[in-house]
Amino acid sequence: MELNILTFIYLIGAVTFILGLKMLAHPDRARKGNLLAAFGMTIAVLGTIFLYKDEEGNGLHNYGWIFGGIVIGGIIGTLAAKKIKMTAMPEMVSMFNGMGGACAALISIVEFNRMTSHPEIHSLPPSNFLSVSVPHGELLIILLGLIIGSVSFAGSMIAWGKLDGSIKDFAFKGQHTLNLVFLVGVFALAVYLFVNINDLYRFDGTVAVFTNKGHILFYSVFIIALLYGVFFVMPIGGADMPVVISLLNSFTGVAAACGGFLYNNKLMLTGGILVGAAGTLLTILMCKAMNRSLANVLIGSFGGSKATGEAKKQQGTYKEITLSDASVLMAYANKVMIVPGYGLAVAQAQHVCHDLEKLLVERGVDVKYAIHPVAGRMPGHMNVLLAEADVSYDKLLEMEQANEEFPTTDVVLILGANDVVNPAAKTDPSSPIYGMPILDVELAKNVIVNKRSMKPGYAGIENSLFFQKKTSMLFGDAKKVLQDLIAEIKSL
Amino acid sequence: MHEILGWIQENQQMIYIVILMIFVGVEVIGHVPSVLHTPLMSGANAIHGVVIIGAIIIMGRAESDNYLSLILGFLAVILGTLNVVGGFVVTDRMLEMFSKKKKSPKA
Repeated sequence: MELNILTFIYLIGAVTFILGLKMLAHPDRARKGNLLAAFGMTIAVLGTIFLYKDEEGNGLHNYGWIFGGIVIGGIIGTLAAKKIKMTAMPEMVSMFNGMGGACAALISIVEFNRMTSHPEIHSLPPSNFLSVSVPHGELLIILLGLIIGSVSFAGSMIAWGKLDGSIKDFAFKGQHTLNLVFLVGVFALAVYLFVNINDLYRFDGTVAVFTNKGHILFYSVFIIALLYGVFFVMPIGGADMPVVISLLNSFTGVAAACGGFLYNNKLMLTGGILVGAAGTLLTILMCKAMNRSLANVLIGSFGGSKATGEAKKQQGTYKEITLSDASVLMAYANKVMIVPGYGLAVAQAQHVCHDLEKLLVERGVDVKYAIHPVAGRMPGHMNVLLAEADVSYDKLLEMEQANEEFPTTDVVLILGANDVVNPAAKTDPSSPIYGMPILDVELAKNVIVNKRSMKPGYAGIENSLFFQKKTSMLFGDAKKVLQDLIAEIKSL
Repeated sequence: MHEILGWIQENQQMIYIVILMIFVGVEVIGHVPSVLHTPLMSGANAIHGVVIIGAIIIMGRAESDNYLSLILGFLAVILGTLNVVGGFVVTDRMLEMFSKKKKSPKA
């Protein structure tokens, strides 16, 4: 009877996951959807702990360990999620995603050991020859869960490090080939293990013992899958990490679904596949929002050399502006429009930016923000960032509104944005971003561009805006530059 | 071949779920506005934390002398909980920002 209640609980859980995900896709219901899914998860976890019975009808034990783990994980998880700065959200998601992947990989390791230590032994009649048969379906699922979970874990950790700034972009010649070698290697070993599993036993009398060779093979698959995860994410640029995280997110979903197969657990299967499918679509949608293909994101990073090659054909010269000139220009303007981009997020300069805005407003300057939908290369990134710094919502202009106001704007201050203000999107049909709607900053009287260097943006293309007459460059880290600007304006 | 067909027959319910869920997953988020991409990714991230059920099952049936299962299972429970709890809390915080923003007057 108890098992029936659990089945019912799982059914409710599955429905909350689907509804929750659906509500998450609608702005006004998103928060409720998240809570609904969390509720479904809670009852499913509690139901599993107290009502689960295995095939022989035995309930679970080791409650101390289970609750210990949940309490530790719960406390760390809550604290980490609450303490983290809004700006660091993407890396937090990546970290949690990696935990899920690692969990799936660990399940596979334990189940593999369990399976191989209790094989089914047959003895063939003529000579009483002993042989072993391992269930192949189960083995396949275990191996899949191991590989996908490990790749997701290692990849997510690298993505986390990259967004965090502790791991630098790293690409070398032949990386593409090396990745291919790892990928082929993982699957070759896994297939070998899969095909030869029954021969990897030796007999101690009538007891079948799984050989060391078998263990080594299994852990080699694990280690190479981890390495593949590392090298797969390593060369991809930090700005593309949200796409990669979304992709790894769907990987973890599939790894969780493997667990569903293993335990004949339909809730794990539902949740896992749901996320796997939705995550894959979301990945593609994210790429579309930045007008690129997924292949371009994943492999495009190898074109680091290509980008510098293109950068060589510079279109004339740019001019720099001094801090004091920039501050005078802004302090005596009627209307200033700030265009935030990824550079602002990287420098964590949203609070300083708000301070500058307040200072200018005190001096009677009309200050607004022009938000491009994919500025920062993470949709909604700038809204969240500026909301965290308490920038009032009515100062944030969407692209269409902003474009109407640029002709009457005196100074546009671009903070680490590049591709979203690149006129090539309108004028150059051969440009990779051609057709992407952009902010028409060139309509304003003056444009000040803050960047760290003349390096092109993520799309790897030159920006002719920087070479226009009304544009002047202000090099440096966004936060530092903004602080200096504030100091300059105060001393005016 | 026989083995494969047998496996499909044995697991046909599961296979049906897989196929249907692929369609549901794609359908459900098909029209998501780009502002919500990040919270949606985070919410989906929390949902695949359902893998914790597997971790609980491992932990709960590990024999008390099987240290490998105990240790790995314990670790798996911690990691799974991190995924679930952290995932839902982070998503809620992100969405809180959005709702706060919604209440303020529109420009």
